[in-house]
Amino acid sequence: MTPLRHHASSEPLIKVENLCKIYSLENGGNGTVNSQVLFDVSLTINRGEFVAIMGHSGSGKSTLMNILGCLDTPTSGSYWLNGRDIAKLSDDELARVRNRNIGFVFQGFNLLKRMTALDNVAAPLLYAGVSRSESRKRALERLQQTGLGKFAAYQPNQLSGGQQQRVAISRALVNNPQLILADEPTGNLDTQTSGEIMTIFQQLNREQGITIVLVTHEDDIAACTRRLVRVKDGRVVHDDEVPA
Amino acid sequence: MNFFAIIGEALRALRLNRLRTGLTMLGMIIGVAAVVLMLAIGQGAQTTVNQAIASMGSNLFIVLPGATSSGALRSGSGSVQTLTISDAQAIAGLPSIKTTVPLITGTAQLNYGANNWSTVVTGVTPDYFEVRDWAMESGEIFSDANLRAAARVAILGSTTAKNLFGEEDPTGKIVRIKNSPFQVAGVLVAKGQSLDGRDQDDSVFVPVTTGQRQIFGTQFPGSIQFMMVQARSAEVMEEAEIEINRLLLQRHRIAEGMENDFTVRNLAALAAVATGAAKVMSLMLGAIASVSLLVGGIGIMNIMLVSVTERTREIGIRMAIGANRRAILTQFLLEALVICILGGLAGIAIGIGGAWAVSRAADMVVVITFGMVALAFAFASAVGIFFGFYPAKKAAALKPVEALRYE
Repeated sequence: MTPLRHHASSEPLIKVENLCKIYSLENGGNGTVNSQVLFDVSLTINRGEFVAIMGHSGSGKSTLMNILGCLDTPTSGSYWLNGRDIAKLSDDELARVRNRNIGFVFQGFNLLKRMTALDNVAAPLLYAGVSRSESRKRALERLQQTGLGKFAAYQPNQLSGGQQQRVAISRALVNNPQLILADEPTGNLDTQTSGEIMTIFQQLNREQGITIVLVTHEDDIAACTRRLVRVKDGRVVHDDEVPA
Repeated sequence: MNFFAIIGEALRALRLNRLRTGLTMLGMIIGVAAVVLMLAIGQGAQTTVNQAIASMGSNLFIVLPGATSSGALRSGSGSVQTLTISDAQAIAGLPSIKTTVPLITGTAQLNYGANNWSTVVTGVTPDYFEVRDWAMESGEIFSDANLRAAARVAILGSTTAKNLFGEEDPTGKIVRIKNSPFQVAGVLVAKGQSLDGRDQDDSVFVPVTTGQRQIFGTQFPGSIQFMMVQARSAEVMEEAEIEINRLLLQRHRIAEGMENDFTVRNLAALAAVATGAAKVMSLMLGAIASVSLLVGGIGIMNIMLVSVTERTREIGIRMAIGANRRAILTQFLLEALVICILGGLAGIAIGIGGAWAVSRAADMVVVITFGMVALAFAFASAVGIFFGFYPAKKAAALKPVEALRYE
């Protein structure tokens, strides 16, 4: 399997076409009820972009993020990541894509409990087959990058929300992904901490050219990005540059 | 995927929940300890039975007189002395027979100095000790000349020797049997209990002729109480039985339709029954113990299922950062396996300790073999894999997005 990052950079990083997602729910013995969440979503994101996806709750933005993150599969439509058709990948290959090409940052941090910050950051490398000493070394570098080098031995419940989110960002970065997907990364944080986290994202995007896609419903967070996509009732209703 | 790193993750998860891990392991420990202990006791019982059977001598028949009827009254076997020494000699001449020993037996009082002891006196031929595979501790077996002369010589069993002589060496001394003086020719080595629990060493042996003429007296000249017949090998046992029957029918002039005045008993068949019973017992003990191991396994499955549900979100996070299904499966399977292997090792140690305690406290023979321990260990591991697989499979089959959303 060729690592995706070696593909020609002229290609868009993300290309989705006519994406639909329908959830089938069991309706207490009366058969199933279908509920469509995404309607013919098409979207292209190039390398190095910093995109905010905005929408109310229930607009389908989280579902879109999950599909982009290879955590969920679309009902119909196609998704190319780095020119690769994601629909054709097996479960193991999807796991590999999540491991090597995508870094996740969640609203609720989603750190592994009762593991040190260092072990949390090193966890993706465990599944990448990197040796223990090498992964600890790389994890420490990433923690230092987000300014948490001193907290390597702390467990998540000993850290503040902002610190936990920095650990999560370090973890997202540890395997050098081209894409970071952040689902309301500042949703649980106060304004000042949110600003600090957004500064980290901006630096990563500007200095390292990492593509970042971020879901939010806050205008001032979206204002930190360079492109705004609005989703409403499962459709893309707005897609434009963010005025500087 | 780094296998050793996943072992590390499994161990970490088990350490985080020490109490739960310990309790789950306890089920395994008890199960494995019970299996080891029961197998050890069962094997011990088999060994005891086998030793008792070996002490009887091999390929043996006992020929008993009796089962005669006079008129309508039937007496039990042995009630009439219909066998004689010449019957024994005739049987010894059969092709499938190695040797025969005529016996006459009864209880008598023995005196030596101020000590006296009542024991079983048995009249035998010198071949008896070879048939029974019974060696001398000191002295010698009486000779054929002694037999022909009906000499007053005696060979003592070790219990009898101890009771009459204490620490003294009886060989060459004179004991009185029913007040007649006998010279002690030797003392037998201790043989222990017989199958029916009698002390075989509480005995005295004299030439059969001496027994007939000087101690017990006989109904007819030369009659004996019963005889032991040893076949040449285990293969000719059936043939030998037929030959003995035919010869005795002929010698005793028993016509078709008349009841036999003798009974031939095959001791090998008797031994097979005893061995079979011991085997069944040890199998049954093992089966009962396996039930507790099974219960322990179900406990593991139960806890692992709870653990998978509880840790759904953790599984989702691991999948999001790149764990494939095999990595998740491996981790949960390893958790179950580690519980079983550690529990199994502790159980084996406790089982061996328990077996030792039983052997000391109840004075029982217990036997622990390497195979037994290996079996218990293999069984424990199999239980871990079997009962750990379903929960692990369940964890691995979770959809990443659903597992992540789980509250």
